[in-house]
Amino acid sequence: MSYELSHLEALEAESIHVIREAVAEAERPVLLFSGGKDSAVLLRLAVKAFWPARLPFPVMHVDTGHNFDEVLEFRDRTVTELGAELIVASVQEAIDEGRVVEQTGPNASRNRLQIEPLLAAIERHRFDAVFGGARRDEEKARAKERMFSFRDEFGQWDPKNQRPELWSMYNARHHNGEHIRVFPISNWTEMDIWQYVLNQEIDLPSIYFSHRRRVFERDGLLMADSPFIQRRDDEAVYEATVRFRTVGDMSCTGAFASTASTVEAIIDEVSTTRITERGASRADDLTADAAMEDRKREGYF
Amino acid sequence: MIHTDLVRLATTGSVDDGKSTLIGRMLFDTKQIFQDQLAAIEAASRQRGGDRVDLALLTDGLRAEREQGITIDVAYRYFATPKRKFILADTPGHVQYTRNMVTGASTADIALVLADARNGILEQTRRHAFIASLLRVPHLVLCVNKMDLVDYSEDVYEKIVDEFRDFAARLDINDLRFVPVSALEGDNVVEPSLNMSWYDGSPLLKIMEDIHVASDRNLIDARFPIQYVIRPHTAEHHDYRGYAGQIASGVFRPGDEVIALPSGFTTRIVEIDTYDGAIDEAPTPMSVVMRLEDNIDLSRGDMLSRPHNQPMVGQDIDAIVVWMSESVRLRPGAKYAIKHTTRWARAMVTDLQYRFDVTTLHRDESATSLGLNEIGRVRIRTTAPLFFDEYRRNRETGSFILVEEGTNNTVGAGMIGGPAE
Repeated sequence: MSYELSHLEALEAESIHVIREAVAEAERPVLLFSGGKDSAVLLRLAVKAFWPARLPFPVMHVDTGHNFDEVLEFRDRTVTELGAELIVASVQEAIDEGRVVEQTGPNASRNRLQIEPLLAAIERHRFDAVFGGARRDEEKARAKERMFSFRDEFGQWDPKNQRPELWSMYNARHHNGEHIRVFPISNWTEMDIWQYVLNQEIDLPSIYFSHRRRVFERDGLLMADSPFIQRRDDEAVYEATVRFRTVGDMSCTGAFASTASTVEAIIDEVSTTRITERGASRADDLTADAAMEDRKREGYF
Repeated sequence: MIHTDLVRLATTGSVDDGKSTLIGRMLFDTKQIFQDQLAAIEAASRQRGGDRVDLALLTDGLRAEREQGITIDVAYRYFATPKRKFILADTPGHVQYTRNMVTGASTADIALVLADARNGILEQTRRHAFIASLLRVPHLVLCVNKMDLVDYSEDVYEKIVDEFRDFAARLDINDLRFVPVSALEGDNVVEPSLNMSWYDGSPLLKIMEDIHVASDRNLIDARFPIQYVIRPHTAEHHDYRGYAGQIASGVFRPGDEVIALPSGFTTRIVEIDTYDGAIDEAPTPMSVVMRLEDNIDLSRGDMLSRPHNQPMVGQDIDAIVVWMSESVRLRPGAKYAIKHTTRWARAMVTDLQYRFDVTTLHRDESATSLGLNEIGRVRIRTTAPLFFDEYRRNRETGSFILVEEGTNNTVGAGMIGGPAE
């Protein structure tokens, strides 16, 4: 017996350690759950960390109001099955109450508008540890972030002055009003996520798998035709066989042509693709070199 | 489950030794760079007026880093070969960001230290090699980079190797290797170099794939810091009481006799639980839940070990400390919060014995304080006993952090030498 752990076992052990550490040290943790594959894996890891006890914290969805129906259905079903408490932080509500202003035009997106309702919900519920499913391989600003990432009383991230984080020793100390963002799957790659989904038989929203959908082309992405996105005159709608590589706001999440209808087929596809998942599906990150860093500084996840 | 192992790397070296370029080259030649990433850095390189693609832009992810062309904080990168998955911590070269280098090296299995073939071994090269040895990174590879700028000269390479060997002889390094590379041209990074036929070793990536890391783990000393007590209070699991944690070292099995610290009670492990079912043995670094035969007093911060192989227990500890605060200095008499395994206590620095000059390894016994990035040997006294091993034997139970109580910032990293006499 060599006692060697596979890479997935080693990643799982690290993530569970991080989740338990945050819950042990924080007063009021919460887990951000978008219904996407990363948050589905994060939720499974959290369940594993406390089994056979119940999840000792609520889950929160930052709802842009521009959701795929399949994802909302998945969110509600998952939360019900676990018997977890669901908190919804609503962008629509923030717009209605005048706390944020809706963008207009064909490139309008509610992506950035999520920051205000997220921070308001953290403040209202006095959450002091907020689990997120961000991965360092997703994006260059995320590649810089700690597992335990300190946020000041404005929810801001200071990337030039992060707490040193050594060994598997995490410092969750903070004053009232400050909080810690905790990223237990920081070290997982897109491929690790899919291998784990296969290995653990984790359920996902159907839009990750190949399906027929009415779409139109924009900036090389296939955008779903929906009331939430304004088409230009030259953007024609047609039906295609597509799947989504990430799940987010309908106005900025694109699909691509794919016939991969099983997790195994997706793993084959991911192992040969030459485009990153954000490049293949997120219109918002195509806009600027430091778009993610700027959003994160303001409190984005 | 697909069986590839996970190996952690840290790259270190002086500014402009070409670390980020080396990583970019490794990702590029192993085809881990995606088309859209390449297009983005091609555009950015052009905008900067460069005549070739600057691979360093792949890892320098912060605005300030890209503007200044330097690495400020650790960037993590991921790549895989059919044999291994690598987590690579690209650490800063600047002296002022040494604490971030320490962060990256603390978990590394392999440290890659870069040197510029034109400049040889610099102060920063020595500093980083010293820190890697202090942090007990088990394998160190000196990459002599920019060989293209010295006409791929074997003499130049050998001279640098000899100089580094002399210095390294005074450090505590288990396994030291050398490789001549050109990150810019791709020599000996992934592919063997056609320009250095005199070199008969493997290219860097092959070295990284072949280094045996599994035996670096401590599988002898069974240590289980209690992280969280699980009590479901449900009808199905009414009397369940499980102790959750990550095995710091060694192997635990159901039936094992264990001793609880600090209480000193002994009992047996009834079952080791995971969500996927009970298991027969749990080696480090698994995260598990243990159930014990007797209901003993045991909570977060306590530890399970074996009666015949226990950690040291004490409140007076001798340690090497790396100081990480920009605003306050470490001084004898100062008090901090200390975190060791899952246990928090308070600690007072009772004595600063000496400060290392990290380039000459000289011990300055007249030092009265430690500033940012300085390393010294101290004695501390803690308000509660710690259950510890020597750092050189156990990275998990031999390390601690010091936290400033006013700001909650992590200000020091400690490596335990043993009990203070």
